[in-house]
Amino acid sequence: MSTQSRRLQIAWAVGSVLILLYTLTPIVWMISLSLKPGGDIFNKHFWPTNWSLDNYRTVFSTNLFTSALRNSIGISLISTVLGVVIAMFVAYAIARLDFPGKKFILSVALAIAMFPTVSLVGPLFNMWRAVGLFDTWAGLIIPYISFALPLSIWTLSAFFREIPWEMEQAAQVDGATAWQAFRKVIVPLAAPGVFTTAILAFFACWNDFVFGISLTSTNAARPVPAALAFFTGASQFQQPTAAIAAAAVVVTVPIVIVTLVFQRRIVAGLTSGAVKG
Amino acid sequence: MTVTQERKTTPTAGTPAPEGLTDRARHERRLGWWLSAPALIVMLAVTAYPMLNALYLSLFSYRLTDPNGKRFVGLSNYWVVLSDSLWWQDVLTTFIITVVTVSVELVIGFVLAMVMHRILFGRKTVRTSILIPYGIITVVSAFAWRYAFALDSGFVNNWLNLGTFDWFGQRWSALIVICLAEIWKTTPFISLLLLAGLAQVPDVLNEAANVDGATFWQRVYKVIIPNMKAAIMVALLFRTLDAWRIFDTVFITTAGAQGTETLSFLTYRQSVTRVALGIGSAVSVLLFLSVLLIAFIFIKGFKTDLSSVRGDR
Repeated sequence: MSTQSRRLQIAWAVGSVLILLYTLTPIVWMISLSLKPGGDIFNKHFWPTNWSLDNYRTVFSTNLFTSALRNSIGISLISTVLGVVIAMFVAYAIARLDFPGKKFILSVALAIAMFPTVSLVGPLFNMWRAVGLFDTWAGLIIPYISFALPLSIWTLSAFFREIPWEMEQAAQVDGATAWQAFRKVIVPLAAPGVFTTAILAFFACWNDFVFGISLTSTNAARPVPAALAFFTGASQFQQPTAAIAAAAVVVTVPIVIVTLVFQRRIVAGLTSGAVKG
Repeated sequence: MTVTQERKTTPTAGTPAPEGLTDRARHERRLGWWLSAPALIVMLAVTAYPMLNALYLSLFSYRLTDPNGKRFVGLSNYWVVLSDSLWWQDVLTTFIITVVTVSVELVIGFVLAMVMHRILFGRKTVRTSILIPYGIITVVSAFAWRYAFALDSGFVNNWLNLGTFDWFGQRWSALIVICLAEIWKTTPFISLLLLAGLAQVPDVLNEAANVDGATFWQRVYKVIIPNMKAAIMVALLFRTLDAWRIFDTVFITTAGAQGTETLSFLTYRQSVTRVALGIGSAVSVLLFLSVLLIAFIFIKGFKTDLSSVRGDR
């Protein structure tokens, strides 16, 4: 190895260490903050002087957080499943059928993805109150689905295009029934794409804040991001810093685990719809 | 010769269906629409209808707290908004945040993509870690940055020896924190799009330039960037629109104080906090139009090719 290329290798290695510092510092800071008990939270240092799990106990004993966690998980899961199923129909039509509306549908999806969601909260707030959807799970699920759809449609159509659909016919020629051919051949081929899409759609729903604060008013449907903004300390006069830090870590850990486990799929999904040659 | 050519009914993507469709083609069309209908209905019900509703309400003087005072005022709500210096201050704030974050993100994102493209060891670890900011809830990231800079809990002043400097006490420093939080959270997305673009730059070109004695920077400017222009433009369009709609980070860090209010925040404050549905709707429509304008500039002005994004090849 020449000295120049070795120097380059070192540069790339330093670069990757810097990337790790970049991505992890705020997370480590949040975890460190959440472990500072009592007045230690205001020690103005990065690390806790002595650490404890007190803040987690506080957070899990507040109804505001536990109900928000339940709402977030429930609403995001339902929206993801419904959204991905609806998107699968569209993606199938786009990948396999010949019909003139393809371009129109993909353009609508693109337009929705660019839509300023805040513009909608005023009218939706009004409409939802009129039809009784305000502050309910359904009142959040409907907008979540529609904003998870564009992403799901692109990602799925990109994945479905890559599936060798002829194999379905081949299986039928070999004596499989249409259902068998679909279940044994197509489903295993499509599953990774569907799964990746579901992860991305779930992230999108889990992340929502705008609808969460505008279309809810009580614990009945308020999701975690919105609840965090309404946190108060153990008493009214206390800064909620510690509680928010602990709650933030609780909702971040599952996301980090999912990204660790499905790293390659997420990258493939994120870039498949967006950049193609 | 052409006369004897058999007309094929096998569907080929992109070709307009011929006159006198076969049963099969007609069936396929109908099935296509049926399969797409649920998605189209849901997407349009939550966007097109409320947007038209907002357009309608914007013509009225109407506050939810005073439903009987609702009256038609024509375009005067728009005049009220556009002649208010607050609107223009918010436009400026949003513009500053957008330009600063997107340009910094593009540079850092490109560097990150280059590193990820080249490294041999720990490639997987780095690619995984880059997804963490992407996956994290924006509100959580905003809190992390706010607490890091806060006077009571923050370590930044301690590290930088700034004593009791209040980052959220004035406009410029508050905007710096907001931009930092945004940049941290969204650069990974841009870098992944650019990484996918980098992978499409033919290695042959790079090697040829290398053989011809091009320096690293020459290769970056003359070979790599021109060859991934499409990916860069798409990433730019998406991030610009995203930054222009910034809401979560501002809400959590400053709640719009010290002149850090953005257009999205103004819209939210008018229509939800103040329940001034008339004025709020006018602001909503103006925000929508501004987004439309940006998209138009990118697509027509900069000729951003969205066919790759839309998925029609």
